[in-house]
Amino acid sequence: MKIAVVRFPGSNCDADAYHAARAAGADVTYVWHRSTDLEGADVVVLPGGFSYGDYLRPGAIARFSPVMRAVAEHARSGGPVLGICNGFQILCEAQLLPGTLARNFGLSFVCRPVTVRVESDATPFTARYRVGQELRLPVAHGDGRYVADDATLDRLERGGRVVFRYAGDNPNGAMRDIAGIASEERNVVGMMPHPERAVETLLGSTDGAAVFALAGVAAGV
Amino acid sequence: MTARSRPGDPAITSELVRRHGLNPEEFDRIVAILGREPTYVELGIFSALWSEHCSYKHSRAVLKTLPTTGPQVLQGPGENAGVLRIGDGWAVAFKMESHNHPSAVEPYQGAATGVGGILRDIFTMGARPIALLDSLRFGSLDSPRQRYLCHGVVRGIGDYGNCVGVPTVAGDVVFDPAYEGNPLVNAMCVGLLREEELIRAAAAGPGNPIIVVGARTGRDGIHGAAFASEALAEGTEARRPQVQVGDPFTEKLLIEASLELIASGHIVAIQDMGAAGLTSSSAEMAARGGVGVELDARRVPTREDGMTPYEVLLSESQERMLVVAERGSEQAVEAIARKWELESAVVGRVTDDGLYRVRWGDEVVAEIPGRSLVEGVPARRPEAVEGEAAQARRARPMPPTADRDLGDALERLLDLPTIASKRWVYEQYDTSVQANTVRGPGGDAAVLRVRGTTLGLALTAGSSGRYVWLDPYEGGKAAVAEAARNIAVTGARPLGVTDCLNFGDPEKPDVFYQFREACRGIADACRALETPVTGGNVSFYNESPSGAVLPTPMIGMVGVLADVTTCVPAAFRTTGDALVVLGRCRGELGGSQYLSMVTGETFGAPPSVNLAAERALVAFLVDAAERRLLASAHDVSEGGLAVALVESAVGAAPALGFDVDLSAYARDVAADAALFGEDQARAVVTVDPRHLAALTALAVQHGVPATMVGTVGPVGAAVRVVVRDRRLERPIARLREIYERAVPRRMAGAEGGLPAAAGG
Repeated sequence: MKIAVVRFPGSNCDADAYHAARAAGADVTYVWHRSTDLEGADVVVLPGGFSYGDYLRPGAIARFSPVMRAVAEHARSGGPVLGICNGFQILCEAQLLPGTLARNFGLSFVCRPVTVRVESDATPFTARYRVGQELRLPVAHGDGRYVADDATLDRLERGGRVVFRYAGDNPNGAMRDIAGIASEERNVVGMMPHPERAVETLLGSTDGAAVFALAGVAAGV
Repeated sequence: MTARSRPGDPAITSELVRRHGLNPEEFDRIVAILGREPTYVELGIFSALWSEHCSYKHSRAVLKTLPTTGPQVLQGPGENAGVLRIGDGWAVAFKMESHNHPSAVEPYQGAATGVGGILRDIFTMGARPIALLDSLRFGSLDSPRQRYLCHGVVRGIGDYGNCVGVPTVAGDVVFDPAYEGNPLVNAMCVGLLREEELIRAAAAGPGNPIIVVGARTGRDGIHGAAFASEALAEGTEARRPQVQVGDPFTEKLLIEASLELIASGHIVAIQDMGAAGLTSSSAEMAARGGVGVELDARRVPTREDGMTPYEVLLSESQERMLVVAERGSEQAVEAIARKWELESAVVGRVTDDGLYRVRWGDEVVAEIPGRSLVEGVPARRPEAVEGEAAQARRARPMPPTADRDLGDALERLLDLPTIASKRWVYEQYDTSVQANTVRGPGGDAAVLRVRGTTLGLALTAGSSGRYVWLDPYEGGKAAVAEAARNIAVTGARPLGVTDCLNFGDPEKPDVFYQFREACRGIADACRALETPVTGGNVSFYNESPSGAVLPTPMIGMVGVLADVTTCVPAAFRTTGDALVVLGRCRGELGGSQYLSMVTGETFGAPPSVNLAAERALVAFLVDAAERRLLASAHDVSEGGLAVALVESAVGAAPALGFDVDLSAYARDVAADAALFGEDQARAVVTVDPRHLAALTALAVQHGVPATMVGTVGPVGAAVRVVVRDRRLERPIARLREIYERAVPRRMAGAEGGLPAAAGG
């Protein structure tokens, strides 16, 4: 299995995602945002950070990067795409996921470990979790409050597309405690918490490791 | 061709010289160096390089007395940053610097650009920045102005560090009315490199091109270095245009481009265009290499039209680097810059005539012997006399012990913003990006692992200005000793120091006395603890109409763990663990937080520092951690033993109670002095009862007094302390609430009105 970690100018969790995917046994490669293809990757990760310094609003400029056309094509053909933090914001801006990430309710950047409940195991990135399983993952963002209209939220709930929910401590005021969602086909997932920072006991949690262990993707599952 | 004035340049009058911060003696020296009067541009150049900020003219003689050598030192003072070997061929570059005056007038940008500047000092050594630390000083949070400053500074630090993707992992925050008119914002950065990747900022090779990489040059921050070299006064608000504006996105690109340039082998030297911008960076690189440079200031890409050579040379626009490249590598350098979407331009060449020459097209606007420009400033030898008021406040006797309720006193101490939890601050910082943070903020020192090795790094920064104010020599020692304890309680061996020396006006004899004596204390402590000083920064003129700040020599320290998995937490771990106090109880209340709380004043002799005892304690803690004997370890500092115990208790998740009897430990000491005295060379450790005998035996071997005083736990229980007939009992949940709420409760009234912060 080959995972592409896309690097935008201002990405800063690219190396962390790279290491987490490597630790999960994947073949990992960086793809620069000017690239027009994904270099044969099976899975795409859009990492966290501040692409284009969050100019205008997070993700608003990165969605126009040349590589995003290839990412959209990959998503349309059913390929797994994971957006973490700024990557989630980019996926929303690119309309590969519905809704948006607004300024945190408390108006400040917030970085702390939170408890996140797995709500769906029917995505390539959560297949190794149990529904209801609680994960300890760090958040680190200023714009993480998931917002969508009621119809969209209801559609997400009904379709089983809410993938992660904050359990107890909702750090940003996200609607319905949403921490992560999936596309209609469930191959595109966006999440605000950082699983790539929770893959080693030494750093306090290994709960994020399974996100990167996508068994059977190369075989076309 | 000699330098000529340009049409429209102001005439060189004594008033103009004075406004450039140069005194008559310095001007005479300039005329002697040049053999003629300087041009306006040259006056500006001298003004910048001979400012206190760039030349250290008041402090240099004293700084030379600090120990700077040791087998671990790969690079001592004089470069962009010091570098220490940590083992396995790895090294760390680290340095701390102040951004006090810009932050006083524009807290958000002042603090943000402070972070930006210190990052550049690190990656220009060839090191990837892996951690930031910040030591902050404000007045009382009861004042709206101070809340505004605190809010803006914290947000400025966060927005910059978060965006560049470097975790902010440690530091300290102190609130004291003495900082009311002049806050302190000291930022430290630590970078990681392979020993062989070290690059120095020394220009070499006549004919080699000099290239500017990064942001365009604008009119911001002109004379920022000179601004940093005078006291804040009424009307300082009008200085806001001298504060630079930061752009962390460009900085992130600069980090990647610079590290790629260094790795490419195309460049000889690289330096941040920081204080005094193009002028200081080019002059310092030339002086270090013993070569000359010739610049054409007109070739520097500018942000606006009509800039004069004077402005281009002295601009402090941020996120710019000056690179000396190998001849013929111009295009390769440009290509790397372009890949990272950065501009670059060749602006000059290295020469062999030793002159610092600046052209503006065909005109020569400055021509100065390079070495004299950087090193020729006449040293000032200020008088140093301790003020009578200082002697009197130190000699003032302690008030008689009163029968105050110990529990109430503890609660009031935990509610002091200086002692209380700083969670409100550090949760606004990304503390875990780069996925190396083993222990983040909230303990004594942060611990990071070095990926791909077994090594760990422990980092800390801070100082007790109160002790230095009361006794500069003992206070200087205490600052280093506390930093070393902070490192050692994690199990790490202290390795080296960067200092950021914040004082008032050095021309005042009592201020210079504080400076000289504090440095003597730092030097003695650094020698005793074998932690050489490899660089740092002096910040004088921290004064406002309300007076000088507390003399605050901030100490940033790096330590190393051979095996990061042996690292010890500050928080209690398990119910039933034995609680052991290391070090002797003397009940020293002079200069303590408790004394100030009950009397409203700061006085007395601060706790004395026994360097032999500190050294033994550090060695013991490191040894005990390596043998995995410790469940937790926490330094005893402000607020004394009682506060240290509560901090370890509330740090556990969930919080643990404890049961302690100090009657034997504090045999001849009054109960309040036993609980709240800030005696040095102490730590609180917990240990699995099965290891207690081994730990005690090891303590004897190291000559460290170790007294078992009680036990930990259980969860959610009470805190109980007995000292003979006096008792203290409080539910841990209540103490935790007070400790956690003190800062956010006060900040809740904070004003907004700050630039919109970036998200991500």
